[in-house]
Amino acid sequence: MPLKLTVPTRFNRRAFLAAGGGTVLMTSTATPAFATPNVMRQAQIDLFGDREIKPGRVNLKLPSIAENGFSVALDVEVESPMTNADYVKQIAVFSPRNPIALLAHYQLGPRAGKAAVSTRIRLSGSQTVQAVAEMNDGTLWLGSAETFVTLAACVIL
Amino acid sequence: MASIRLSVPETASKGEVIELKALIQHPMESGYRRGPRGEEIARDIITQFECIYDGEVVFSAAYGPGISANPFVTFHTRATQSGTLLFKWTDQDGQTWSDTAELTVT
Repeated sequence: MPLKLTVPTRFNRRAFLAAGGGTVLMTSTATPAFATPNVMRQAQIDLFGDREIKPGRVNLKLPSIAENGFSVALDVEVESPMTNADYVKQIAVFSPRNPIALLAHYQLGPRAGKAAVSTRIRLSGSQTVQAVAEMNDGTLWLGSAETFVTLAACVIL
Repeated sequence: MASIRLSVPETASKGEVIELKALIQHPMESGYRRGPRGEEIARDIITQFECIYDGEVVFSAAYGPGISANPFVTFHTRATQSGTLLFKWTDQDGQTWSDTAELTVT
């Protein structure tokens, strides 16, 4: 039910930002420059190069509603047998809206046994977080999760 | 002094995949907040985490300010032989904190 409510407000906000309202707000409160989906894409290119990222194999979990953006539980699991022949090399978590797009970058190996990592992250607003995993054969896989943040981190009070 | 909490099983059978949890007390000050007089609060974050087991780095992480205060991480490793697991955190200035746990592999 709450999800139905979030969709129209999100689009209204976007329309407001597109109309230039956002720049006025941002400069007047001197908030840090926030990432945009393009900045997030650039962060992915910086880390992995301009290679194809296929959706699938990465299972990213966030709460559908995060009451406190300062601490949001994040679980990422990659489907992989984690053997010497087939394993996950690295996992990176990206935000399209935080001041810095790259949230965390994990290096794993066949000795991990299971490609699953959990942590707690900060989110400066409702967004769709992405996790990219690189396998030992060089293929890239993407998982994403959307969350609605009630109290955003990075807000100047 | 940063307090560290680890969750490592005491024993595991050879080849078993074990879950490891590690938490360190740290403010992870993002550098985006302002103090009561409007002054910027300087960034102070842990940037690196490593787990060394059986003489090898089995898991490592690079953090930015997007990680919550008191960084907590859960990950896995395959039990290979009895030994010490070293958990090490490094902050932006190179200061390190570490703790160890003993694992007996049967």
